[in-house]
Amino acid sequence: MSAHTKGSGGDGLKWVGRSIRRLEDPALVQGRGRFTADLPAAHWVRFVRSPNAAGKIRGITAPDGAVVITAADIAGVKKITPMLHKFNYKPVGQPILAEGEVRFVGEAVAAVVAATEEDAEDFADLVEIDIEDAPALVDGRAAIADGAPQLHAGVPGNVIVKGEFKTPGFDDVWTGAAKIIRCEARSNRQNATPMEARAAHAAYDSATGRITLHCTTQMPHLVRTAIADCLGIPESDLRVIAPDVGGGFGQKMSLCPEYVLIAWLARHLQSSVAWTEDRRENLIASFHSRDQYITLEGAFDANAKLLALRANVLANTGAYSCFPTSCGMEPLMAMAEMPGPYDVQQYECLARAVVTNTCTMGAYRGVSRPSITFTLERLMDKAAKAFAIDPLDIRRKNLITQFPYKSAIGLEYDEASYRETMETAVEAINVPAFRARQQLARDKGEYLGIGFATFSERTGYGSPAFAARGMAITPGWETVHISVDPSGFVEARIGSSPHGQGLRTTLAQIIAEEIGVPPQTIKVVHGDTDTAPYGWGTFASRSLVISGGATLIAARKVRAKLLKIAGHMLEAAETDIVLEDGKAKVAGTDREVTVAAMAREAYTQTHRFKGEIEPGLTESGTYDPPGTFSNACHVAIVRLDVETGHVKVERYLVAEDAGRIINPMIADGQVHGGVAQGIGNALLEEIIYDESGAILTANLADFMPPTAHEIPPIELHHMETPSTQSITRAKGLGEGGTIGPPAAIVNAINDALTPFNVEIDTIPATPQRIRALLRNATNSARPRAGGDPGATT
Amino acid sequence: MTDKTAITLTINGKDHKISVEPRRTLADAIREDCGQTGTHIGCEHGVCGACTVIVDDAPVRSCLMFAVQAEGKTIRTVEGLADGDKLHPMQQAFMDNHGLQCGFCTPGFLMLAVGVLEREPDISDEALIDVLSSNLCRCTGYQNIIKSVRAAAREMRKA
Repeated sequence: MSAHTKGSGGDGLKWVGRSIRRLEDPALVQGRGRFTADLPAAHWVRFVRSPNAAGKIRGITAPDGAVVITAADIAGVKKITPMLHKFNYKPVGQPILAEGEVRFVGEAVAAVVAATEEDAEDFADLVEIDIEDAPALVDGRAAIADGAPQLHAGVPGNVIVKGEFKTPGFDDVWTGAAKIIRCEARSNRQNATPMEARAAHAAYDSATGRITLHCTTQMPHLVRTAIADCLGIPESDLRVIAPDVGGGFGQKMSLCPEYVLIAWLARHLQSSVAWTEDRRENLIASFHSRDQYITLEGAFDANAKLLALRANVLANTGAYSCFPTSCGMEPLMAMAEMPGPYDVQQYECLARAVVTNTCTMGAYRGVSRPSITFTLERLMDKAAKAFAIDPLDIRRKNLITQFPYKSAIGLEYDEASYRETMETAVEAINVPAFRARQQLARDKGEYLGIGFATFSERTGYGSPAFAARGMAITPGWETVHISVDPSGFVEARIGSSPHGQGLRTTLAQIIAEEIGVPPQTIKVVHGDTDTAPYGWGTFASRSLVISGGATLIAARKVRAKLLKIAGHMLEAAETDIVLEDGKAKVAGTDREVTVAAMAREAYTQTHRFKGEIEPGLTESGTYDPPGTFSNACHVAIVRLDVETGHVKVERYLVAEDAGRIINPMIADGQVHGGVAQGIGNALLEEIIYDESGAILTANLADFMPPTAHEIPPIELHHMETPSTQSITRAKGLGEGGTIGPPAAIVNAINDALTPFNVEIDTIPATPQRIRALLRNATNSARPRAGGDPGATT
Repeated sequence: MTDKTAITLTINGKDHKISVEPRRTLADAIREDCGQTGTHIGCEHGVCGACTVIVDDAPVRSCLMFAVQAEGKTIRTVEGLADGDKLHPMQQAFMDNHGLQCGFCTPGFLMLAVGVLEREPDISDEALIDVLSSNLCRCTGYQNIIKSVRAAAREMRKA
């Protein structure tokens, strides 16, 4: 029943599985992309942001001649209040502009409106905010300490989500275990840092009273729903457009209060209003991510088989709760998916989200999984060490190999290739050759390390999965409309909202496969709530699976209708007709009719159908799948400079399985980009607050995304286990690249550190952190130039 | 709020007579005063390179140059790379090798790579990676940008 094949395509498919060039690219390489900040506006906004992390606002003084909007001016606008109906959730509302008090450095307190961006900035510099400074809560652990100040009324103890789970047999198994292994992991705060920061542009149409809001978002329909709710207007009075969007990586999937205000201002001024965020604002006041403390313990039997896992997850989710997912996103995903690719049927978890005086956390590619995979894979390496067995052998003993598999918490894993991808990676990296090289290097006082990460990635999940979280707004399904217009051209309108993923190309390939027209002639339209069907946007490695599935359903209907029309026009049985090269052909004859002629017939000669075929040529498909699991094994080889703590990734290898691949070139690109962000997460990217809640990493010299220098050539190996839970057989792979690197790289660093008897369980593993460990290493194990301290090998 | 100065910017062979404050950056002038929005602004502090244009044959970060400093110089932006319908080899290589995803950083990378290869057509692979590490991309992991620029370098040497 195993269906692992190497490579892509096959199956006699003409378009699916081919690396065709992207349809998105011609405009983008010529500077003809249209991004939100490209639009001219009559008014420009600059936000005045809090310099304090906490405190009451005593007064706001505006300079003469400035138009300054504060909370008092927008009293009727509702707060952003995401809801969960579970996990002891305490709703907190985020005011569009701070009301009475501030809760983090960078919170918008006022908006200055002027004719130009420069004027708005000049006025904003002169706005004085008087804040009665209060002590700041910055750290997640401090927020739950006894006597900690309370951030929000109604949230005693600062815990706004508390998930608890325990299997009935847990205690017995735990007490009977041969060894308990513990990992105290720290995943520090990061920022997704899309190259295009946030931007919004709202224009008022005096004829209709409607607002058109262009904004850089991953979910335009939800932005419309949410802003209409906040402003108390019908959704039909608001059109939201996500034009070209310069990357999102999760940061653009939550509602920004700034967008609500820009829409409000356009109505208020009956004009056009724009705001373009600068990089400093993006780093301090857009959404942060990944800030978690995870304590993970594993109970193993004498053979190093994992019997039980106990996790304590504390996510510092910042000052407010992000909409629509809520701040439950990180800790609850950690709770649900912590066991990852391992077979373990006893599980206990406490997962909490706490509020602090820091920027609100949202999504960042992979959400909780880079952090939990890091922790779990550190635990496995520690266990291997404790049992004195190879890190690969402990994984061989514990990876899931029987499918479908039901996890302790109840997730259904469809067939995957955890063992097979790992063995593929092991073979390709040549471990014995590395170990020999490592030993030679150590003899010269050079330190190399190898690290593995195996993981599962839940992708393409529909509304049942989100409903399990109890979200008041439960995303999941997608709808696609496909039309063949009277000129014979195919247009698909989709609810997903791609922003770099190449979905216009891959969905065109799926349609082309069904109806036999070249994908280059198919237009995939998205991002405009006036033309696209309601949908949830692009996030969570979902679009190719869910929008792709909806596309396939709609395309099959179009195909069926084309066959019916062709049968009628060619006077042939539908079963004898094939659709290819833009035509319907009667097999074995020279009789054929073009799609264009059939489309024209479907609109303009419908009387000939005698009521047997409905007029027009538009079909719709909706898909809401249960979810599927992609998987991968990542391997890193690092070189550690023990004098400086600098880590160079010398080699990075990925063996991944995302089911059927629609366009291998695009799939590879997603993995490359994910791995690069993961390398940044592992080594470089960190948002740092000082004790007062001031942010120390507010530019791209201090918050460091990797450059071409830090990313080695990434070697990819593909396997394909077609998903039974996805009608295209594809699994999602947008996030997987990012999930593995923190685990693989930090395991590799620890392998390199073996002679020094120190371990690092913190990401990012910066030179400072590594040097601090080495400085504190025992004298005998201190690094010294030109020789192996030889403490252990 | 400040007095404006009349200047002429020569972008892709065309003169733009504009009036700008002395503090206006070249990036803002190109985009807003001259309407050439293909040049993107990513950080405004000279790190990300999204705003890279070619000024007198050298790639520069247009966010770190004032518009008034660019008067009398020859400015090239992404809009001027193609020759009518014929794409520049660098543009073609980025399309052929999947050197872009969201496309926001792409104009900056194109201008950086074109500017450098025009000066150093035989640049070594190592030096090329040094140069490309001047700019940031969050989508591609740089793999296919490097591949694209190498492919374009081969084409440009033929021409």
